[in-house]
Amino acid sequence: MASVTLLSTKGLSRSFGGIRAVENVDFELPEGQIRALIGPNGAGKSTFVGLLCGRIAASSGSVRFMDRDISHLPAHRRIALGMAYTFQITSVFARLSLYENVALAARRSIGSDRASVDREVASALERVGLTERTDQPAEDLSYGHQRLLEIAMGIAQHPKLLILDEPTQGLADSEIRQFNALVRELNAEATILLIEHNMDVVMEIADAITVLNFGEVLAEGPPEEIRQNRAVQAAYLGTG
Amino acid sequence: MRPEAKSLALHLGLLALLVIAQFVVSPFHHGNLSRIMVLAVFAIGYNVLFGYVGLLSLGHALFFSAGMYGMGLAMQHLGVSALAAIAVGVFSAFVLSAVVGAVALRTTGVAFMIVTLMLAQAGYLAILYFGAYTRGDEGFVIQPEFRTIAGLDLTDPTVRYFAAFFVLAACLLLTLRLVHSSFGRVLVAIRENEERARMLGYDVFRHKLIAVIISGTLSGAAGAVYGLLFGYVGATFATVQYSILPLLWVLLGGAGTVIGPFIGTLFMFYLIDFSSGLTSAYMVVAGVVLVLLTLFAPQGLAGEVKRRLLPWLP
Repeated sequence: MASVTLLSTKGLSRSFGGIRAVENVDFELPEGQIRALIGPNGAGKSTFVGLLCGRIAASSGSVRFMDRDISHLPAHRRIALGMAYTFQITSVFARLSLYENVALAARRSIGSDRASVDREVASALERVGLTERTDQPAEDLSYGHQRLLEIAMGIAQHPKLLILDEPTQGLADSEIRQFNALVRELNAEATILLIEHNMDVVMEIADAITVLNFGEVLAEGPPEEIRQNRAVQAAYLGTG
Repeated sequence: MRPEAKSLALHLGLLALLVIAQFVVSPFHHGNLSRIMVLAVFAIGYNVLFGYVGLLSLGHALFFSAGMYGMGLAMQHLGVSALAAIAVGVFSAFVLSAVVGAVALRTTGVAFMIVTLMLAQAGYLAILYFGAYTRGDEGFVIQPEFRTIAGLDLTDPTVRYFAAFFVLAACLLLTLRLVHSSFGRVLVAIRENEERARMLGYDVFRHKLIAVIISGTLSGAAGAVYGLLFGYVGATFATVQYSILPLLWVLLGGAGTVIGPFIGTLFMFYLIDFSSGLTSAYMVVAGVVLVLLTLFAPQGLAGEVKRRLLPWLP
């Protein structure tokens, strides 16, 4: 299958004051891939995905999504085009029920028809294993479960591109195994861009890896190649 | 019963009580209730923005008085009928709230409070400045012979009561519908976590702007009806006091509940009435009660009931 580019950036940059958080990044993400974005702390990973979905304005450069220049669209318009974003620091509607959290995500695309929303919410919560807690307020969940709720909110939007910012943070080992399976399942419908620190997760599920360091792309390729890459090892381990 | 059905039953029950009250209460309370019902519409309008979107405006006197003066000036200077004058008042508030919203929503938090406060002060000063038309501080009386709609004499206490009741019922049921709609739920989402709502793909600015317009227009409707039913249009209603009052009513009654604004208005009205019977320093008594309520029922009366007993209360 010839791969179609779903998302690409050209010369994407962002500085905060004098600090270049993201510097001149050319990036291409083919449709259907699971791509991991890795790099040491402060490498600019979160800033980069923030630029993709419009949470952060770019200093220069452009973003294309589904063959369309979206550089000037505000965040909500980009999301409406088919991106979904889960926050690094859990950001759910704490005082609302799990049902309502997911329903808010679902209604934007499927409208207010109650039966379809119910169905969508039930299916998304089931996929992350939170069905029994549908009516509880989100603030009652443990941190790890709130991460799963975030993912359910992503699922309910039926995105073409699902951006997960450190989704396994705070999950137990058994939950991480479930998570890996879930991501593979979701990959049937969506392209996935994953920021992840847990290298076991990355090596297991990613089709390809992009390594950022000091805001620039240091390396890109399949997991095995990245594992062998000396520059990557140096960036991570501080040895040459 | 589904939560929506329960809440509809509750609110219809309140409206039924108000219908019964018309036949049983003394003339004194009867007159009070008419006023309270119209002022509660003002509070309901305020609550759409404050209770459901979480935006604290200090300028709603502007919308209330826009409705009142739109109605009054149209009758006084253009000689239109009462019903048409109400429409002019409501439309004035609609336009003004769209403009104020477009300007003030560029700010958030304290800045939003200050901008709305300043715009409302500008409105108050404009009323004084154009004294040739508005009769400034003094205001003007709407003569009883003009206060009729479809042959109904609005100076008659019973007609007035039912006119107030009709407006309250319409606004109450309208907001009930609003908060159960997907639009209303997005407003709550914005109140709870604006950034998350944006990142679910909702146009936060547009939703807030529409909320300001609904809120301002309802407040304007209250102002127009109040001026017509009680026959007086005056600059007092544009002062900062009338921006603070709906905030107090809503806080006392329970922000973010549909029934709260009415309860708060009723409670505050009688609190002041009762305490002014005790002492000339009645605001001290009122103040103490308000402090106690804030300490022991910070969610307001209906908010407290919602928290303890009826979690489905919308």
